[in-house]
Amino acid sequence: MSPDLLPSELTSGVLMATSFAVLLTMILALVRATLGPTVFDRVLALNMFGTKTVLLISVVSFVTGRSDFLDLALLYSLMNFIGMVALLRFTQYNSFSDSAVITGESNEP
Amino acid sequence: MNLIVFALLALLAITAVAIAKLRELWAVIMFTGIYSFLSASWMMILDAPDVAFTEAAVGAGISTVLMLSTMALTGKAEEIPRKKSLVPLFVVLVTGATLVYGTLDMPHFGSPNAPVQVYPDPSFVERSEADMHGLPNVVTALLASYRGYDTLGETTVVLTAGIAVLLILRRDDEEKDESAQLAGNKTS
Repeated sequence: MSPDLLPSELTSGVLMATSFAVLLTMILALVRATLGPTVFDRVLALNMFGTKTVLLISVVSFVTGRSDFLDLALLYSLMNFIGMVALLRFTQYNSFSDSAVITGESNEP
Repeated sequence: MNLIVFALLALLAITAVAIAKLRELWAVIMFTGIYSFLSASWMMILDAPDVAFTEAAVGAGISTVLMLSTMALTGKAEEIPRKKSLVPLFVVLVTGATLVYGTLDMPHFGSPNAPVQVYPDPSFVERSEADMHGLPNVVTALLASYRGYDTLGETTVVLTAGIAVLLILRRDDEEKDESAQLAGNKTS
């Protein structure tokens, strides 16, 4: 890690404040996921939580000056998307197989 | 930075309690996703990006989908236990105490005397060729011979887990489809 990648005092303070704001938002999302009366409240809370994780990782990587963590943030957002699609698909069709919805399509070689 | 770690750990504890308290399995699966996101970011702050990578990919991605598809085959609600027994609490406490006792021997986080920071024993590099009767690759010697039982155990665990998941997710009508597909492949 080269020292010029480390942020200055002021930037570091701003980044720390940002990370605490992100943590606060994570807590709010957690509360909504616990209380959430409907399925979609919880799905939204989980989606927001994943986004906040990506933001937190990005902010922390800039505080510590290690920008290689940004790759991880990208992977997290991809995982978040795949998980969301799987969850919503399950909610709508109650299964993952295509044959339950459109018969015969998944049997094509 | 310590404050961020404390906040993350507190969130982890809250999520774990919520998982234990909730009776709606759909919500529990989502909370396990949140849990693995949290633990992955904690591992990343502890400077273990490879473990965090695996945790994010397996914990938040694959295992969520696997648990959802398992729930599609079983049920959506957990039965509320009638009586509260103290035995599970006792077992959890004893296990936790044992784990904490185990960490007392470990070197402090970031300690310069930790085995990770000390140069690995060079005798492996010097001896392995003679030990392995002329095998030039030290990595192969370590994985397949010095740590052979470890590697065997790992592959056994992976194989068993794969077989178990396949057995759980198998369905009878899909079996018929597969046999029909096999027959179709034979004729074509």
